[in-house]
Order: sequence, then structure tokens, then C-alpha cells
Amino acid sequence: MLNVVQRLGRSGLGFLERFGRAFLFLLQTLSGLPNLLPRPGLVIAQVYSTGVLSLLIIVVSGLFVGMVLGLQGYNTLVKFNAEESLGVVVALSLVRELGPVISALLFAGRAGSALTAEIGLMKATEQLSGMEMMAVDPVKRIIAPRFLGGVISLPLLAAIFSMVGVFGGYFVGVSLLGVDSGAFWSQMQAKVGFHEDIVNGVIKSVVFAVVVTWIAVYEGYDAAPTSEGVSRATTRTVVYASLAVLALDFVLTALMFREG
Amino acid sequence: MQTSRWIEIVVGLFVLAGIGAFFVLAMKVSNLSQFGNSGGYTVTADFNDIGGLKVRAPVTVAGVRVGRVTSIGFDNNTYEAVVHMTIEQQYDKFPTDTSARIFTAGLLGEQYISLQPGGSEHYLKNGDRIKLTQSALVLEQLIGQFLFNKAATPGKP
Repeated sequence: MLNVVQRLGRSGLGFLERFGRAFLFLLQTLSGLPNLLPRPGLVIAQVYSTGVLSLLIIVVSGLFVGMVLGLQGYNTLVKFNAEESLGVVVALSLVRELGPVISALLFAGRAGSALTAEIGLMKATEQLSGMEMMAVDPVKRIIAPRFLGGVISLPLLAAIFSMVGVFGGYFVGVSLLGVDSGAFWSQMQAKVGFHEDIVNGVIKSVVFAVVVTWIAVYEGYDAAPTSEGVSRATTRTVVYASLAVLALDFVLTALMFREG
Repeated sequence: MQTSRWIEIVVGLFVLAGIGAFFVLAMKVSNLSQFGNSGGYTVTADFNDIGGLKVRAPVTVAGVRVGRVTSIGFDNNTYEAVVHMTIEQQYDKFPTDTSARIFTAGLLGEQYISLQPGGSEHYLKNGDRIKLTQSALVLEQLIGQFLFNKAATPGKP
């Protein structure tokens, strides 16, 4: 019995210790950001590999999510003779929730895992300690540009996801199911607020970007320097990042969208 | 060298696409394009009963939207609802005896304010108060009145 309690305490302490290390690591990364100003090329290369290369999966899934929303929303709304509100349903679900959340989940799987594997492998092949030998701080040279690149990429990807999704919903609703095009847009514009919905969605995606990229670079940097360790770290990145995104989404939604 | 130039161009395009998507969301999806950028003037109206009127509900004249409800308050002394609305600057020729009524779009739709211009030669300015108001129609009151009239009419079943 006491052993169980002890094991629980040990894992709790271990969690706190990991969290504390991750936080210190984040501070270290943030302090490395000013060094990137004279060398924007490092960040641009990272925006390319995390953002531009994720564009295809974001656009395709945004389109399909929007189309499914159009279909499902239409099927429900037509029962209440309210199919003109389809634009509102599609736009609000995408801008408030699905855009930031799904793009963050896809980003964790597509770019976060790649970041972890890359950094973990650098550690396993002792490239990071090699840099330290040459008096180059690996956090500043390797981690900080990757962190900043991810934080820049994800909000842009989320905006693209939402926009493509709205047009997917428009395609299904207006072109296939025959909702009036004018009603689709005008109802949407009447009910979607810029500050309430669009800006809050962007804030959400910025928060998700920081958290997902933070987890990804930390897990890579903290990985056991073996092939097994790297594979475990990659799995942990995807699992932790997804859980963190979903849990944070609930908290942020509860804070942002209280009907006043 | 050529590849790094290529990557920079692609990243530039990506950033432009992301910002462009944000602008499309702001302009085409949200209400930013039709409200707020041109400014406007605020007028106030007191209602006995605003029914289900909400902040950001449209203010219309002859069915055309000219502004929005910006805030709804309650006057503790007169026990009336105080509705502030912003009317776009281009529509600045409403007489001071304009009346405001609360209507419902459709049977179950949202409620909005309809302005009915009067005949005065002075125009409403920023901070003015609309004195003639008509409250929202509340469905329960209507049904109650109808039943009451029915009961009051003698001789009919």
C-alpha cells in the first residue's frame, strides 16, 4: 500500500521536475530570440520547413472540414427552415474552434514530430555537444530559430485553414445544396464579430503555437540520446501536444466566449 | 545560393498568404467591413420594454441598415431600458422627432430597431435622445390581450 503511494509521489515529483526543466528551457529559448535579429535566414529556413511544407495538409483538411460542416449544418438547419444560417454555423465553428484546434493538432503531427526527431537526432549524434565544444550555444543556434519559426507558422496556417474551410462550406452549401449565396455571406457578416470571433481565434492559435512548438523542441532537446529515446520523444511530442491543445482550448473557450 | 533565395521567396509567399487569409476572414467573414471604419454618431432612446433586443442588433430605416445598437442599459429612476445606438456618419439627416420602434425579423428572428423619420427641421446630433419610442411586441402579452378580449366579448362561445 505504502509502495503505491510512494510510486505515485515519485511520478508526481518527476512530472514537476520535468515541467520545471521545460519552463527553464523555455526561458533560455526566449532569451536566445534577440540573437536572431541579425540572422533572419535561420528563422526563414524554419518557417519554410514547418509552415510552407505543412501547407498542403492544412489546405486539404481545411477544405474537407469546411465541406463536412456545410453538409452536416445544412442537414440540421433545413429541419428548422434556417438553412440561410449555414454561413454563420460554418464560419463560427471554423474561426472559433476548428481552425485553431485542428491546425494545431495537424501541426503537432506534421511539424512538431519532425522538430523533435531532428533535434533528438542531433543530440544522439552529438552534434549539439559538438557545438558546445566550439563555444556555440545550441539553444541559441538550433532551438531558438525553430521555436520562433513554429510560433510564426501556426497562426498563419490556422488563418489559411479557416479561410479555406469557409470556402469549402460555401462550395457545398451554395453550389451543391442550393443555399442562397447572398444570405450565406450577409448572415455570416451580421453574426461574426471581428473582435469577438476572429481576433480571439487568432489569440487561440498563437497560444497553441507557443505550446506545441515548446513541447516539440523541449522533447527533442531532452530526449535520451539513443534511437529508442528519439522515437519515444517523438511519440511524446505528438501525445502531449495534442492533449495540451485540447485542454487549453477548453480553458481559452471558457475565458473568451462567455455570453455577456 | 539559388536554393536559399528560392526558400526565402516561398516563405514570403506563405506569410503573404497567411496574412491574406486573415484579411479575408476580417473583411468577408466578419462585420468589420460594414461597421466602425467610417465612424458615426450616437443617439439614445428609452424603451419601456426592449423584449429580446441584443447589443449589435441592426438599426434600420425603411429596411436599410444605417447603424447598430452599441449598448443597452437600465435607468434606475425611470425603470426604462436605455439603448445607445451608433448611426453611420453618412446618414446625418434624421429629424429630432424621429421615432424608434423595436421589430422582429420574421416570427422567431432577431429583433432590430426601426427608425421612422419625423417632420422637424432640426437634425439629430451626437448624444441626442430619441423621445418617441415604441416597445417590442412580446408574444405572451399579445396572446394575453387576445384571450382577454375573447373573454370580454359576450355571447360568443
